[in-house]
Amino acid sequence: MPAEVLGRPGSRDPVIEARDVVKSFGPTPALRGASLSVAAGEILAVMGPSGSGKSTLLHCLAGILIPEGGEVHFAGRRVDTMGEAERSALRRERFGFVFQSGQLVPELTAEENVALPLLLGGARRAEALRDARGWLGRLGLDGLEERRSGELSGGQAQRVALARGLVACPEILFADEPTGSLDSLTGEHVMDLLAAASRDQGTTVVLVTHEARVAAYADREVVVRDGRVTALAQDPVGS
Amino acid sequence: MRLYTLSVFSQRMSVPLTLLGLLEREPSHGYDLKRDYDAFFGRGKPIPFGQVYATLARLARDGKAVAGDHEPGSGPDRKRYAITPEGVAEVETWLAEPVEPEPHLQTVLFAKVTLSLMLGRPAERYLDTQRAAHLRRMRELTDLKRTGGVVDGLLADHGLFHLEADLRWIDLTAARLSSLAEAVRS
Repeated sequence: MPAEVLGRPGSRDPVIEARDVVKSFGPTPALRGASLSVAAGEILAVMGPSGSGKSTLLHCLAGILIPEGGEVHFAGRRVDTMGEAERSALRRERFGFVFQSGQLVPELTAEENVALPLLLGGARRAEALRDARGWLGRLGLDGLEERRSGELSGGQAQRVALARGLVACPEILFADEPTGSLDSLTGEHVMDLLAAASRDQGTTVVLVTHEARVAAYADREVVVRDGRVTALAQDPVGS
Repeated sequence: MRLYTLSVFSQRMSVPLTLLGLLEREPSHGYDLKRDYDAFFGRGKPIPFGQVYATLARLARDGKAVAGDHEPGSGPDRKRYAITPEGVAEVETWLAEPVEPEPHLQTVLFAKVTLSLMLGRPAERYLDTQRAAHLRRMRELTDLKRTGGVVDGLLADHGLFHLEADLRWIDLTAARLSSLAEAVRS
Protein backbone atom coordinates (compact mmCIF):
# COMPACT_ATOMS: atom_id res chain seq x y z
CA MET A 1 0.00 0.00 0.00
CA PRO A 2 1.27 3.48 -0.69
CA ALA A 3 1.98 5.81 2.17
CA GLU A 4 -0.88 8.07 1.14
CA VAL A 5 -3.69 7.79 -1.37
CA LEU A 6 -5.05 11.23 -2.00
CA GLY A 7 -8.77 11.44 -1.60
CA ARG A 8 -11.23 13.89 -0.15
CA PRO A 9 -10.77 14.01 3.65
CA GLY A 10 -13.70 12.34 5.36
CA SER A 11 -15.25 11.32 2.06
CA ARG A 12 -17.28 8.23 1.19
CA ASP A 13 -15.51 5.06 0.12
CA PRO A 14 -13.60 5.51 -3.12
CA VAL A 15 -15.20 4.14 -6.27
CA ILE A 16 -11.92 4.22 -8.15
CA GLU A 17 -8.39 4.32 -6.84
CA ALA A 18 -4.80 4.34 -8.11
CA ARG A 19 -2.12 3.09 -5.74
CA ASP A 20 1.53 3.87 -6.47
CA VAL A 21 0.99 3.58 -10.21
CA VAL A 22 4.12 3.51 -12.37
CA LYS A 23 4.03 3.84 -16.16
CA SER A 24 6.74 4.58 -18.70
CA PHE A 25 6.81 5.06 -22.45
CA GLY A 26 10.07 3.52 -23.55
CA PRO A 27 12.80 5.14 -21.49
CA THR A 28 10.55 8.06 -20.51
CA PRO A 29 8.79 7.74 -17.16
CA ALA A 30 5.27 9.22 -17.19
CA LEU A 31 3.99 8.13 -13.76
CA ARG A 32 6.39 7.54 -10.87
CA GLY A 33 4.13 6.30 -8.11
CA ALA A 34 0.87 8.16 -8.61
CA SER A 35 -1.82 7.57 -5.99
CA LEU A 36 -5.33 8.93 -6.08
CA SER A 37 -8.83 8.02 -4.95
CA VAL A 38 -12.16 9.36 -6.15
CA ALA A 39 -15.40 9.10 -4.19
CA ALA A 40 -18.67 8.05 -5.80
CA GLY A 41 -20.47 11.03 -7.30
CA GLU A 42 -17.47 13.29 -6.97
CA ILE A 43 -16.22 15.53 -9.77
CA LEU A 44 -12.44 15.56 -9.47
CA ALA A 45 -10.20 17.83 -11.54
CA VAL A 46 -6.72 16.51 -12.30
CA MET A 47 -4.52 19.46 -13.14
CA GLY A 48 -0.89 19.85 -14.05
CA PRO A 49 1.44 21.21 -16.70
CA SER A 50 1.84 19.61 -20.11
CA GLY A 51 3.76 16.36 -19.89
CA SER A 52 3.18 15.97 -16.16
CA GLY A 53 1.43 12.61 -16.61
CA LYS A 54 -2.19 13.62 -15.98
CA SER A 55 -3.59 12.06 -19.17
CA THR A 56 -1.53 8.92 -18.59
CA LEU A 57 -3.02 8.67 -15.10
CA LEU A 58 -6.54 8.97 -16.56
CA HIS A 59 -5.77 6.24 -19.11
CA CYS A 60 -4.45 3.94 -16.37
CA LEU A 61 -7.53 4.57 -14.20
CA ALA A 62 -9.80 3.83 -17.17
CA GLY A 63 -8.06 0.59 -18.05
CA ILE A 64 -6.86 1.91 -21.40
CA LEU A 65 -3.21 1.62 -20.33
CA ILE A 66 -1.77 -1.06 -18.08
CA PRO A 67 0.68 0.26 -15.49
CA GLU A 68 4.02 -1.45 -14.96
CA GLY A 69 3.75 -1.03 -11.22
CA GLY A 70 1.11 -0.29 -8.63
CA GLU A 71 -2.58 -1.10 -8.63
CA VAL A 72 -5.82 0.32 -10.00
CA HIS A 73 -9.06 -0.58 -8.21
CA PHE A 74 -12.59 0.05 -9.42
CA ALA A 75 -15.58 -0.90 -7.28
CA GLY A 76 -13.44 -3.30 -5.28
CA ARG A 77 -11.84 -5.04 -8.29
CA ARG A 78 -8.31 -4.85 -9.68
CA VAL A 79 -8.41 -3.24 -13.12
CA ASP A 80 -4.69 -3.54 -13.85
CA THR A 81 -4.73 -7.34 -13.67
CA MET A 82 -7.84 -7.83 -15.86
CA GLY A 83 -7.51 -9.27 -19.34
CA GLU A 84 -8.19 -7.11 -22.38
CA ALA A 85 -11.70 -8.51 -22.91
CA GLU A 86 -12.69 -7.78 -19.33
CA ARG A 87 -11.24 -4.28 -19.43
CA SER A 88 -12.97 -3.65 -22.74
CA ALA A 89 -16.30 -4.68 -21.22
CA LEU A 90 -15.65 -2.45 -18.23
CA ARG A 91 -14.96 0.53 -20.46
CA ARG A 92 -18.01 -0.17 -22.58
CA GLU A 93 -20.51 -0.88 -19.82
CA ARG A 94 -19.46 1.15 -16.82
CA PHE A 95 -17.24 4.00 -18.05
CA GLY A 96 -17.90 6.94 -20.35
CA PHE A 97 -15.32 9.02 -22.18
CA VAL A 98 -15.04 12.55 -23.55
CA PHE A 99 -11.84 13.62 -25.24
CA GLN A 100 -10.50 16.99 -26.36
CA SER A 101 -11.41 16.72 -30.02
CA GLY A 102 -14.65 14.80 -29.69
CA GLN A 103 -13.37 11.88 -31.76
CA LEU A 104 -16.74 11.24 -33.35
CA VAL A 105 -16.97 8.52 -36.00
CA PRO A 106 -17.17 10.62 -39.19
CA GLU A 107 -19.25 8.11 -41.16
CA LEU A 108 -22.02 8.10 -38.55
CA THR A 109 -24.67 10.74 -37.89
CA ALA A 110 -24.79 12.62 -34.60
CA GLU A 111 -27.51 10.35 -33.21
CA GLU A 112 -25.69 7.20 -34.34
CA ASN A 113 -22.52 8.44 -32.65
CA VAL A 114 -24.40 8.99 -29.42
CA ALA A 115 -26.15 5.62 -29.68
CA LEU A 116 -22.87 3.78 -30.26
CA PRO A 117 -22.15 2.75 -26.63
CA LEU A 118 -25.70 1.38 -26.31
CA LEU A 119 -25.47 -0.53 -29.58
CA LEU A 120 -22.10 -1.99 -28.60
CA GLY A 121 -23.67 -3.02 -25.32
CA GLY A 122 -26.36 -5.02 -27.18
CA ALA A 123 -29.28 -2.56 -27.09
CA ARG A 124 -31.86 -2.67 -29.86
CA ARG A 125 -31.21 -0.03 -32.51
CA ALA A 126 -34.58 1.72 -32.20
CA GLU A 127 -34.24 2.03 -28.42
CA ALA A 128 -30.63 3.18 -28.67
CA LEU A 129 -31.51 5.88 -31.20
CA ARG A 130 -34.46 7.01 -29.09
CA ASP A 131 -32.20 7.42 -26.04
CA ALA A 132 -29.59 9.16 -28.18
CA ARG A 133 -32.14 11.66 -29.46
CA GLY A 134 -33.21 12.32 -25.87
CA TRP A 135 -29.65 13.20 -24.92
CA LEU A 136 -29.15 15.36 -28.00
CA GLY A 137 -32.24 17.32 -27.04
CA ARG A 138 -31.10 17.65 -23.47
CA LEU A 139 -27.81 19.14 -24.63
CA GLY A 140 -29.51 21.63 -26.95
CA LEU A 141 -28.84 19.77 -30.21
CA ASP A 142 -32.39 19.27 -31.45
CA GLY A 143 -32.51 19.24 -35.24
CA LEU A 144 -28.91 18.10 -35.67
CA GLU A 145 -29.56 14.37 -35.28
CA GLU A 146 -28.86 13.52 -38.92
CA ARG A 147 -25.71 15.59 -39.31
CA ARG A 148 -22.28 14.02 -39.57
CA SER A 149 -19.31 15.36 -37.61
CA GLY A 150 -18.03 17.40 -40.57
CA GLU A 151 -21.32 19.32 -40.57
CA LEU A 152 -21.12 20.27 -36.88
CA SER A 153 -19.31 23.18 -35.24
CA GLY A 154 -16.62 22.41 -32.66
CA GLY A 155 -19.00 23.14 -29.80
CA GLN A 156 -21.78 21.04 -31.31
CA ALA A 157 -19.42 18.13 -31.95
CA GLN A 158 -18.17 18.29 -28.38
CA ARG A 159 -21.73 18.24 -27.05
CA VAL A 160 -22.42 15.19 -29.21
CA ALA A 161 -19.31 13.59 -27.69
CA LEU A 162 -20.58 14.48 -24.22
CA ALA A 163 -23.97 12.92 -25.00
CA ARG A 164 -22.16 9.79 -26.19
CA GLY A 165 -20.12 9.73 -22.96
CA LEU A 166 -23.23 9.92 -20.79
CA VAL A 167 -25.87 8.01 -22.77
CA ALA A 168 -25.18 4.66 -21.14
CA CYS A 169 -25.37 6.21 -17.64
CA PRO A 170 -21.76 5.30 -16.81
CA GLU A 171 -20.60 5.08 -13.24
CA ILE A 172 -17.51 7.09 -14.14
CA LEU A 173 -17.05 9.66 -16.87
CA PHE A 174 -13.43 10.24 -17.89
CA ALA A 175 -13.02 13.63 -19.54
CA ASP A 176 -9.62 14.55 -20.97
CA GLU A 177 -9.39 18.28 -21.75
CA PRO A 178 -13.06 18.27 -22.85
CA THR A 179 -13.01 21.98 -23.68
CA GLY A 180 -9.44 22.15 -25.00
CA SER A 181 -10.47 22.81 -28.60
CA LEU A 182 -13.29 25.24 -27.83
CA ASP A 183 -13.49 29.00 -27.31
CA SER A 184 -14.20 30.29 -23.78
CA LEU A 185 -17.96 30.70 -24.14
CA THR A 186 -18.56 27.37 -25.89
CA GLY A 187 -16.24 25.60 -23.45
CA GLU A 188 -18.17 27.07 -20.56
CA HIS A 189 -21.45 25.83 -22.04
CA VAL A 190 -20.04 22.32 -22.43
CA MET A 191 -18.77 22.35 -18.84
CA ASP A 192 -22.14 23.61 -17.53
CA LEU A 193 -23.81 20.69 -19.28
CA LEU A 194 -21.18 18.15 -18.21
CA ALA A 195 -21.35 19.16 -14.54
CA ALA A 196 -25.15 19.37 -14.45
CA ALA A 197 -25.73 16.06 -16.28
CA SER A 198 -23.16 14.24 -14.15
CA ARG A 199 -24.64 15.54 -10.92
CA ASP A 200 -28.18 14.75 -12.05
CA GLN A 201 -27.40 11.09 -12.62
CA GLY A 202 -24.77 10.75 -9.89
CA THR A 203 -21.92 10.03 -12.28
CA THR A 204 -18.41 10.26 -10.87
CA VAL A 205 -16.21 12.44 -13.10
CA VAL A 206 -12.44 12.38 -13.50
CA LEU A 207 -11.68 15.57 -15.37
CA VAL A 208 -8.19 16.19 -16.75
CA THR A 209 -7.56 19.84 -17.52
CA HIS A 210 -4.85 22.45 -17.44
CA GLU A 211 -7.43 25.24 -17.30
CA ALA A 212 -8.37 26.66 -13.89
CA ARG A 213 -11.75 27.86 -15.19
CA VAL A 214 -12.61 24.28 -16.14
CA ALA A 215 -11.27 22.86 -12.87
CA ALA A 216 -13.52 25.31 -11.00
CA TYR A 217 -16.50 23.13 -11.97
CA ALA A 218 -15.06 20.26 -9.93
CA ASP A 219 -15.63 19.47 -6.26
CA ARG A 220 -11.90 19.03 -5.69
CA GLU A 221 -8.59 19.40 -7.50
CA VAL A 222 -5.32 17.54 -7.42
CA VAL A 223 -2.14 18.41 -9.28
CA VAL A 224 0.10 15.95 -11.12
CA ARG A 225 3.74 16.96 -11.10
CA ASP A 226 6.55 14.83 -12.46
CA GLY A 227 4.34 11.76 -12.46
CA ARG A 228 3.10 12.06 -8.89
CA VAL A 229 -0.16 13.38 -7.46
CA THR A 230 -0.19 16.29 -5.05
CA ALA A 231 -3.26 17.45 -3.17
CA LEU A 232 -3.56 21.20 -2.94
CA ALA A 233 -3.21 22.52 0.59
CA GLN A 234 -6.52 23.37 2.19
CA ASP A 235 -5.10 25.46 5.02
CA PRO A 236 -2.20 27.84 5.45
CA VAL A 237 1.18 26.17 5.70
CA GLY A 238 2.02 25.29 9.25
CA SER A 239 -1.53 25.59 10.58
CA MET B 1 -19.91 40.66 -3.32
CA ARG B 2 -16.23 41.49 -2.95
CA LEU B 3 -15.29 41.14 -6.58
CA TYR B 4 -14.15 44.71 -7.01
CA THR B 5 -12.44 45.14 -3.68
CA LEU B 6 -8.91 46.10 -4.57
CA SER B 7 -6.19 44.87 -2.29
CA VAL B 8 -4.90 48.34 -1.45
CA PHE B 9 -5.17 47.52 2.22
CA SER B 10 -3.15 44.35 1.72
CA GLN B 11 -0.53 46.20 -0.30
CA ARG B 12 -0.15 48.85 2.36
CA MET B 13 0.10 46.15 4.97
CA SER B 14 2.79 44.42 2.96
CA VAL B 15 5.32 47.29 3.28
CA PRO B 16 5.99 46.82 7.02
CA LEU B 17 6.02 43.06 6.65
CA THR B 18 8.33 43.24 3.65
CA LEU B 19 10.74 45.48 5.58
CA LEU B 20 10.49 43.12 8.53
CA GLY B 21 11.27 40.22 6.22
CA LEU B 22 14.32 42.04 4.89
CA LEU B 23 15.46 42.50 8.49
CA GLU B 24 15.31 38.75 9.00
CA ARG B 25 18.30 38.34 6.66
CA GLU B 26 20.53 40.42 8.90
CA PRO B 27 20.36 43.49 11.16
CA SER B 28 20.26 46.54 8.92
CA HIS B 29 20.22 50.33 8.84
CA GLY B 30 17.24 52.14 7.45
CA TYR B 31 19.09 53.18 4.32
CA ASP B 32 20.13 49.56 3.65
CA LEU B 33 16.50 48.54 3.87
CA LYS B 34 15.39 51.35 1.56
CA ARG B 35 18.05 50.40 -0.99
CA ASP B 36 17.01 46.74 -1.00
CA TYR B 37 13.29 47.52 -0.92
CA ASP B 38 13.64 49.85 -3.91
CA ALA B 39 15.80 47.31 -5.79
CA PHE B 40 13.49 44.34 -5.30
CA PHE B 41 10.03 45.68 -4.51
CA GLY B 42 9.89 49.39 -5.46
CA ARG B 43 9.89 48.83 -9.22
CA GLY B 44 9.88 52.48 -10.20
CA LYS B 45 8.16 53.66 -7.04
CA PRO B 46 10.84 54.11 -4.38
CA ILE B 47 9.77 54.01 -0.79
CA PRO B 48 10.34 57.38 0.96
CA PHE B 49 13.05 57.45 3.65
CA GLY B 50 10.49 58.86 6.05
CA GLN B 51 8.22 55.86 5.57
CA VAL B 52 11.11 53.47 6.21
CA TYR B 53 12.10 55.14 9.47
CA ALA B 54 8.53 55.57 10.63
CA THR B 55 7.86 51.91 9.91
CA LEU B 56 11.00 50.82 11.75
CA ALA B 57 9.98 52.91 14.76
CA ARG B 58 6.54 51.26 14.79
CA LEU B 59 8.05 47.80 14.45
CA ALA B 60 10.35 48.56 17.41
CA ARG B 61 7.44 49.96 19.42
CA ASP B 62 5.46 46.77 18.76
CA GLY B 63 8.33 44.50 19.78
CA LYS B 64 8.92 43.07 16.32
CA ALA B 65 12.32 44.73 15.90
CA VAL B 66 14.87 46.26 18.24
CA ALA B 67 17.03 49.27 17.56
CA GLY B 68 20.71 49.23 18.42
CA ASP B 69 22.62 52.19 19.81
CA HIS B 70 23.31 55.26 17.71
CA GLU B 71 26.43 54.78 15.66
CA PRO B 72 28.87 57.61 14.97
CA GLY B 73 28.51 59.40 11.65
CA SER B 74 26.24 61.76 9.84
CA GLY B 75 22.92 60.94 8.26
CA PRO B 76 19.30 60.77 9.25
CA ASP B 77 19.45 57.68 11.43
CA ARG B 78 22.50 55.66 12.40
CA LYS B 79 20.71 52.93 14.29
CA ARG B 80 20.92 49.33 13.20
CA TYR B 81 17.67 47.39 13.56
CA ALA B 82 17.36 43.67 14.26
CA ILE B 83 14.29 41.46 14.04
CA THR B 84 12.96 39.87 17.24
CA PRO B 85 11.58 36.31 17.58
CA GLU B 86 8.11 37.88 17.57
CA GLY B 87 8.96 39.61 14.31
CA VAL B 88 10.22 36.33 12.79
CA ALA B 89 6.97 34.66 13.79
CA GLU B 90 4.98 37.48 12.20
CA VAL B 91 6.89 37.17 8.91
CA GLU B 92 6.38 33.41 8.92
CA THR B 93 2.64 33.76 9.53
CA TRP B 94 2.29 36.37 6.81
CA LEU B 95 4.21 34.32 4.24
CA ALA B 96 2.29 31.14 5.01
CA GLU B 97 -1.20 32.67 4.83
CA PRO B 98 -2.82 32.81 1.41
CA VAL B 99 -3.79 36.28 0.31
CA GLU B 100 -7.51 36.84 -0.04
CA PRO B 101 -8.16 35.70 -3.61
CA GLU B 102 -9.22 38.83 -5.44
CA PRO B 103 -8.04 40.78 -8.45
CA HIS B 104 -4.87 42.90 -8.45
CA LEU B 105 -2.91 41.16 -5.73
CA GLN B 106 0.19 40.49 -7.79
CA THR B 107 2.25 43.00 -5.83
CA VAL B 108 1.72 41.12 -2.59
CA LEU B 109 2.26 37.73 -4.19
CA PHE B 110 5.43 38.94 -5.83
CA ALA B 111 6.77 40.25 -2.52
CA LYS B 112 5.95 36.99 -0.78
CA VAL B 113 7.63 34.80 -3.37
CA THR B 114 10.74 36.96 -3.59
CA LEU B 115 11.11 37.20 0.18
CA SER B 116 10.52 33.48 0.62
CA LEU B 117 13.33 32.72 -1.78
CA MET B 118 15.65 35.25 -0.15
CA LEU B 119 15.00 33.65 3.22
CA GLY B 120 15.27 30.07 1.98
CA ARG B 121 11.66 29.33 2.88
CA PRO B 122 9.41 26.91 0.99
CA ALA B 123 8.10 29.22 -1.73
CA GLU B 124 6.58 26.31 -3.66
CA ARG B 125 4.40 25.36 -0.69
CA TYR B 126 3.26 28.95 -0.30
CA LEU B 127 2.38 29.04 -4.01
CA ASP B 128 0.44 25.78 -3.65
CA THR B 129 -1.51 27.23 -0.73
CA GLN B 130 -2.27 30.30 -2.80
CA ARG B 131 -3.28 28.16 -5.77
CA ALA B 132 -5.74 26.26 -3.56
CA ALA B 133 -7.21 29.51 -2.24
CA HIS B 134 -7.60 30.84 -5.77
CA LEU B 135 -9.30 27.66 -6.96
CA ARG B 136 -11.68 27.73 -4.00
CA ARG B 137 -12.65 31.28 -4.89
CA MET B 138 -13.05 30.33 -8.56
CA ARG B 139 -15.34 27.49 -7.53
CA GLU B 140 -17.47 29.95 -5.51
CA LEU B 141 -17.68 32.30 -8.47
CA THR B 142 -18.55 29.43 -10.83
CA ASP B 143 -21.36 28.43 -8.46
CA LEU B 144 -22.51 32.04 -8.42
CA LYS B 145 -22.69 32.01 -12.22
CA ARG B 146 -24.79 28.87 -12.10
CA THR B 147 -27.21 30.09 -9.45
CA GLY B 148 -27.24 33.85 -10.02
CA GLY B 149 -28.54 36.07 -12.77
CA VAL B 150 -26.82 37.43 -15.83
CA VAL B 151 -25.38 40.45 -14.02
CA ASP B 152 -23.98 38.27 -11.24
CA GLY B 153 -22.53 36.05 -13.93
CA LEU B 154 -20.80 38.96 -15.65
CA LEU B 155 -19.31 40.17 -12.38
CA ALA B 156 -18.24 36.63 -11.55
CA ASP B 157 -16.60 36.34 -14.97
CA HIS B 158 -14.55 39.44 -14.27
CA GLY B 159 -13.27 37.90 -11.07
CA LEU B 160 -12.69 34.53 -12.73
CA PHE B 161 -10.57 35.94 -15.53
CA HIS B 162 -8.40 37.91 -13.11
CA LEU B 163 -7.99 34.93 -10.80
CA GLU B 164 -7.12 32.77 -13.80
CA ALA B 165 -4.44 35.27 -14.81
CA ASP B 166 -3.02 35.11 -11.27
CA LEU B 167 -3.02 31.33 -11.46
CA ARG B 168 -1.10 31.37 -14.72
CA TRP B 169 1.43 33.63 -13.07
CA ILE B 170 1.58 31.28 -10.07
CA ASP B 171 2.18 28.29 -12.37
CA LEU B 172 4.87 30.10 -14.31
CA THR B 173 6.54 31.31 -11.13
CA ALA B 174 6.47 27.79 -9.67
CA ALA B 175 8.20 26.53 -12.81
CA ARG B 176 10.90 29.20 -12.50
CA LEU B 177 11.60 29.07 -8.78
CA SER B 178 15.13 27.74 -9.16
CA SER B 179 16.28 30.52 -11.45
CA LEU B 180 14.40 33.10 -9.38
CA ALA B 181 16.12 31.86 -6.24
CA GLU B 182 19.51 32.26 -7.90
CA ALA B 183 18.61 35.79 -9.00
CA VAL B 184 17.46 37.07 -5.62
CA ARG B 185 20.24 35.42 -3.64
CA SER B 186 23.07 36.61 -5.87
